[in-house]
Amino acid sequence: MDDGWFSSFVTYLEFSYEDLIQLAIEHALIVVISVFIATVIGVGLGVATYRTDRPRELVLAVTGTFLTIPSLALFTLLIQVPLLGLGAPSVVVALVMYGLLPIVRNTIVGLREVDPAIVESAQGMGMGRAARLWRIELPLAWPVVLTGVRVATLLLIGIAAIGAYINGPGLGEPIFGASIGSAAALNDVLSGTLGVIVLAILFDLVYVAVFKLTIPKGIR
Amino acid sequence: MTDPQQGHETGSASDAGKIEIRLENLAKRFPGVSEPAVDDLTMEIPKGEIVILVGPSGCGKTTTMKMINRIIEPTSGRIVLDGEDVTKVNPDQLRRRIGYVIQQIGLFPHQTIADNIATVPRLLGWSKERTSERVDELLEMVSMDPGRYRKRYPKELSGGQRQRVGVARAMSADPDVMLMDEPFGAIDPITRDRLQNEFLRLQEQIKKTIIFVTHDIDEAIKMGDRIAILREQSHIAQFDTPERILVNPADDFVADFIGRGASLKRLSLSRVRDVELHDWPTTQEGASPEEIRRLLDGSDKSAVLVLDEQRRPLRWVNAEHLSRSGNGRGLDDVGLPAEAVVQPNATLSDTLNEMITARYSTAIVVDSSNAYQGIVDIDTINETVRSMRRAERGRLRGDDAADTDFDDEDD
Repeated sequence: MDDGWFSSFVTYLEFSYEDLIQLAIEHALIVVISVFIATVIGVGLGVATYRTDRPRELVLAVTGTFLTIPSLALFTLLIQVPLLGLGAPSVVVALVMYGLLPIVRNTIVGLREVDPAIVESAQGMGMGRAARLWRIELPLAWPVVLTGVRVATLLLIGIAAIGAYINGPGLGEPIFGASIGSAAALNDVLSGTLGVIVLAILFDLVYVAVFKLTIPKGIR
Repeated sequence: MTDPQQGHETGSASDAGKIEIRLENLAKRFPGVSEPAVDDLTMEIPKGEIVILVGPSGCGKTTTMKMINRIIEPTSGRIVLDGEDVTKVNPDQLRRRIGYVIQQIGLFPHQTIADNIATVPRLLGWSKERTSERVDELLEMVSMDPGRYRKRYPKELSGGQRQRVGVARAMSADPDVMLMDEPFGAIDPITRDRLQNEFLRLQEQIKKTIIFVTHDIDEAIKMGDRIAILREQSHIAQFDTPERILVNPADDFVADFIGRGASLKRLSLSRVRDVELHDWPTTQEGASPEEIRRLLDGSDKSAVLVLDEQRRPLRWVNAEHLSRSGNGRGLDDVGLPAEAVVQPNATLSDTLNEMITARYSTAIVVDSSNAYQGIVDIDTINETVRSMRRAERGRLRGDDAADTDFDDEDD
């Protein structure tokens, strides 16, 4: 690769950066929506099962299995499902499925790691089950839960690119749209890939701020 | 109770001998275990007293305590609190009326000290002002400056400070009853001793009914108004005052559990103020050698204690020192420093400890302004041990009104 290739890429960016930003926003949006849904479901499943052995193992096994399905296969399967079809809805469902394991796992680990003496003293002071969960256990487990959400986010940023395979939005579009062998193919793939990486870094910076803002001072 | 002093006086007058908690045939079987953890326990806990549950590990003492606030639900039996059967009431409501301190303290690490202490008042729906005032009051009660500690987090406190906050938190809604499960167990021995003393002083004012679990018989003797020594399945081996248990263990199990040195342990129950002090020849600082020689000749002691103008002990001076002080040297330079000084509230066991290392085998007793009062020697201690034993034996023989006697003993 020589200077010719590099200047060609710069020229490419000059012409298409508006499109790329548009795609990055779509990409970020679909990831945020999926992570949000996965967090609601994942934390819910974790809270519901962390104290019981069998259901906990079942939930971890099922969400673990989701993660082993090859993404192309899952996307292809989902477009067969009525109401989903080609496009964003199928992509969101797939991303939620992939995002569950790290979130459920960390919710369970975080809740189980809370010092039993702290929970017992809360109980001994007359805090009911719900109050203990909301005011004591979840805040104390939060750093671990949030780490799970962060891992899920990074995972989904990568997988979301493949969503373009079934007409999903985002930075996968230039990657899958590139016609192999054409002059612009390298530029297309490179811009999509770099976009995904830049997006991942930006998300991680956001998480640094979220950690700072939402983790109580006493346990930082 | 706005004025604790007032509350204490009126309280102790009318509450003497009242039963605060009654456990009736209480039993706990854990699923899958053939032997019950607690088997048919019946006991009465008098109002305003510290009752210690003590026994070897696995005897069911903690299970017993946790059944009182129903952290562990009893399998059968009844818990009666202040005349009310609480075996079936809402457990959360019940727990808000009972202070609870566990060994690990269990402060909420993500909350400030003020928020920790405010836990129960908030559950009870107190107003912000009332809660905030109560937090300050409690922090002061456990000798922590509210301005300095309110906004701190548990991890910023020492072990002893956390323990104090734990006690303050348990007392936040002024419960009549407190349950304490080895509350001083995880603290270094020196801090533990100080916290125990502080807690006993506090209890003199607040007069809570306290159930206190420990496996340490020395702690039981120090802290308890009454001690229940438990064997397996919470069977009561003996339930009595520390004095009586030490003098008259009910059986071999109790005697073994107390261990050797029961007499030595008994010494931690009496204080210097309870014994008769002996005299010792004393003189003022600046006295002439002749005067001291005269004092020595007129006494069977081999040294004179020199006091300063405020009658504070300075030095021991004996005949040998006097001879060396001739040749114009003043008395100020001779003699041995007066060590082994104790105050009237020191226990006899502490006093004995001082005495063993001291010159002339005596401990010097001073009042709160450090002025000389008298001395305690080994004979005093010996006599005290014997008279305690005599008194207890006599009481056990000819005693028809045991309950009225408890108050005299309980100091």
